[in-house]
Amino acid sequence: MQDQINTHTISVLVDNEAGVLARVIGLFSGRGYNIDSLTVAEVDDGAHTSRITVVTTGTPMVIEQIKAQLGRLVPVHRVVDLTVETDSVERELALIKVSGKGEARVEALRMSEAFRARVVDATPDSFVFELTGRTGKIDAFIGLMRPLGLKEVSRTGVAAIARGAEAM
Amino acid sequence: MSATMTGAQIVLKALQDQGVEHIFGYPGGAVLPIYDEIFQQDAVEHILVRHEQGATHAAEGYARSTGKPGVVLVTSGPGATNAVTGLTDALMDSIPMVCITGQVATHLIGNDAFQEADTVGITRPCTKHNYLVKSADDLPRILHEAFHVATTGRPGPVVVDIPKDVQFAEAKYMRPTAVKHKTYKPQIKGDIEAIYTAVDLISKAKKPVFYSGGGVINSGPQASQLLREFVKLTGFPITSTLMGLGAFPSADPQWLGMLGMHGTYEANLAMHDCDVMINIGARFDDRITGRLDAFSPNSKKIHIDIDPSSINKNVAVDLPIVGDVAHVLEDMLRVWKSRAVEPDKKALTDWWAEIETWRRRKCLAYRKDDKAIKPQYAVERLYELTKGPNTYITTEVGQHQMWAAQYYRFEEPNRWMTSGGLGTMGYGIPAAVGVQVAHPDALVIDIAGEASVLMTMQEISTAVQYRLPVKIFILNNEYMGMVRQWQELLHGGRYSSSYSEALPDFVKLAEAYGATGIRAEKPDELDDAIRKMIKTKGPVIFDCIVTKEENCFPMIPSGAAHNDMLLADDQGLDIEVSDAGKVMV
Repeated sequence: MQDQINTHTISVLVDNEAGVLARVIGLFSGRGYNIDSLTVAEVDDGAHTSRITVVTTGTPMVIEQIKAQLGRLVPVHRVVDLTVETDSVERELALIKVSGKGEARVEALRMSEAFRARVVDATPDSFVFELTGRTGKIDAFIGLMRPLGLKEVSRTGVAAIARGAEAM
Repeated sequence: MSATMTGAQIVLKALQDQGVEHIFGYPGGAVLPIYDEIFQQDAVEHILVRHEQGATHAAEGYARSTGKPGVVLVTSGPGATNAVTGLTDALMDSIPMVCITGQVATHLIGNDAFQEADTVGITRPCTKHNYLVKSADDLPRILHEAFHVATTGRPGPVVVDIPKDVQFAEAKYMRPTAVKHKTYKPQIKGDIEAIYTAVDLISKAKKPVFYSGGGVINSGPQASQLLREFVKLTGFPITSTLMGLGAFPSADPQWLGMLGMHGTYEANLAMHDCDVMINIGARFDDRITGRLDAFSPNSKKIHIDIDPSSINKNVAVDLPIVGDVAHVLEDMLRVWKSRAVEPDKKALTDWWAEIETWRRRKCLAYRKDDKAIKPQYAVERLYELTKGPNTYITTEVGQHQMWAAQYYRFEEPNRWMTSGGLGTMGYGIPAAVGVQVAHPDALVIDIAGEASVLMTMQEISTAVQYRLPVKIFILNNEYMGMVRQWQELLHGGRYSSSYSEALPDFVKLAEAYGATGIRAEKPDELDDAIRKMIKTKGPVIFDCIVTKEENCFPMIPSGAAHNDMLLADDQGLDIEVSDAGKVMV
C-alpha cells in the first residue's frame, strides 16, 4: 500500500510573477519527482493569478511531499489534489496531423467522427484534427491514427477542475 | 507626498528600518551605488570580508548567535556565485539571511554582459525565496518582504538581486509596517486537537524519549525554556541533534547526549527502544535515522515542525503537529498542567534503569596518552578552560566537528554554530567572525581541522582588520580525518588524497596575517597554551598537534541501525558494511 505508485492530478494556484513556473518545475526536477503533464496559464488577470495543473506519479508519501513542497513556495496560494480531495473533471486538447490518401484517409475521417474530433485544417492529402477529452480517449484516438498516417501530435496536457459549486 | 530617493538610498533606509546594524560584504562594479550610500551613513556597519563565501558564513554565525537575520551584500556575477555555498548552507540549516546581490543594468540582462550571471536562476534552488528587482518602485516592498520571509516560518536565506540602474533610479520609500503578504502565511500555532492527543500519548508512555533539534534554537530562547520545563515536568530522557545542542543543558541528568551517526550509545539505544518519541523541531535527517527500515521500530512518533514538508518526508509519523516550537510547547504545557497529568512513574523508573546500563558502557571513553595529544583530550581541556555563558563555539566540518559536539558541552542555546545539513568545510572561521561582530566581548572559538580551516583561512585578515579576537583552535592530525576514517573502514585503508600534504606553518601563517600563533604538541603543555590563547587580546591561530589516526567513535556505520553501533573498543575489528550502506554518504 505504502509502495504503490499512483497518478495524481494537482492544481496549484500561484501569483503570476516572473520565475514562478521555473520554481515549480525546478522543485520537481531537483527532488526527483515525475511530471507526466503540466499546463499553465493566467486565470485571473485582475488578481494576477495563474493556475498550474500537474499530473504526477508517486507513492502516497511522495505525493504528500510534493503537495507540501509546493505549498511552501512563497508565491503559491493553494494546492489541491484533485485526485484525492474532490471529484473532478479532466480534459486535454490535442491537435493531430494525419496524412494519407484513399481508404486510409476515409477511415481517418470516419474515426474522427466517432471520437467527435473536429477537422481544423485539411489539404488533399492531410487533416489536422482537434480532439478534446480525457487523456485515455486521446491516447486511444492517436493509437487508431497511427496505421492511418499519423504525422504529428501536439497536446496541451491536462486541465482539471473540481465538480460542484465550490472554487479552489 | 513624500520625496523620492534613489534605489541605493532605499536599500540603506530599509536596512535601518529593519534594525540591521551589521552587514557582511564585498564591493564590486554592480553594487557601487549601494557602497557609496554605506560610506555616507553610520547606522549600518559594513564588515569587509575577503571572499563572498566568508560573508555568507559570517552572516550565518551572526544570525545563529543572535536570532537576528544575517545580512550579506555582494556584487553581480562572481560575487553572487561565490555566495552560493553559504546560501545553500543557510537553507539546509534554516538560518535567516538576506543576501543583496548587485546585477548588471536591466537592459543588459541576458546579454552575457561583464560580470553577469543569472543570479535568481542559480540561487532559486538554494534560497527560501529570491527576487529580481526590475523597478525601483518595487524595491522597498521587496526588501521588507525579504526580511519577513527570511525570518518567519522556517527561517532561510532570501536573495534580492538589484540591477545597477535600479540602484540609481528614483522611487518613493515605504516603511516596513505597510508590507502584507498575499500568499506567504506560515502556520505558527499548532492544532489544539493534535496537542490534546499528544499529551495523552506522552502521559501513557512507558519508554519515552525527547528528540529535539535546531527548530528549538530557531524558535527563540523561550522555546528552550519551555522545552526545559516540559522535560523536567515529565522526567523523560532527552537527546538532541547536532543542530539542537544547547537547547537543553548538557549538565542535566536527563540529558543523554547527542544522537545519530556519532551520537552516544545511550541516546541511540533510547531512540531505538522507545515506545513514544517526541520529535521537537528536528527533521529525521539521515545522519540521525541510520537505516530507515530499522529506525525506532516500536515507537509512536510525535513530530512538531513548522515546515509541513518535513512531516513524513523520511519517516512516517503517527502524530504530526505543524507549528512553531515555542507556541506548540506553550500549549502543550498548558494542557499538561490543566489536566494534572502524571507520567507512569513505575515504567519510567524501569526505563531509566535500562538507560543507566547503556550509560555505564561509557561510550565516549578513550585511551589516554601521555606523550601525544589525543583530539578528544584537546577538546575536553579546551572545554574545561573556556566554558561559560559568554563562550561561543563554531566548527569546521569533519572529525573535529564531531569531537567538539561530543566533548564540548553546552548549557545555553545560540552558543554553538556548525554546518550541519550541508557539511561545509570552511564554515568555522567566517562564522566565528560573524559571532564576534555580534558579541564583541565574548570568547569565540572555532574548533577546526587543519584541512577545513585552509578553505577560508583568508578571513583571518577580516578578523585582524576589525580587531575581532577570534580563536582558531586547530586539531591538526595532518589528515582530512573523516575522509581518512571512512577510507580505513570502507576502502581497505587506501588513503586516497586524504593526507594534508604541504601544510603551512600555522604559527607563522598567523604572524603573517598580524595575528598570534600558538602551538601545542605535548599533553603537558596543552593547558598553559590554551590559557595563553585565552589571554591573548587579538585573533589567535592555535595549532594543536594531535594523534594522527584517531577515529571518531561511537559510530553508526552507514546503512546500519541504531542498535548496531561501533564503539571505541571495537577499533581494529573488521566491520561489515552492506552494499546498500556503502553507497550512502
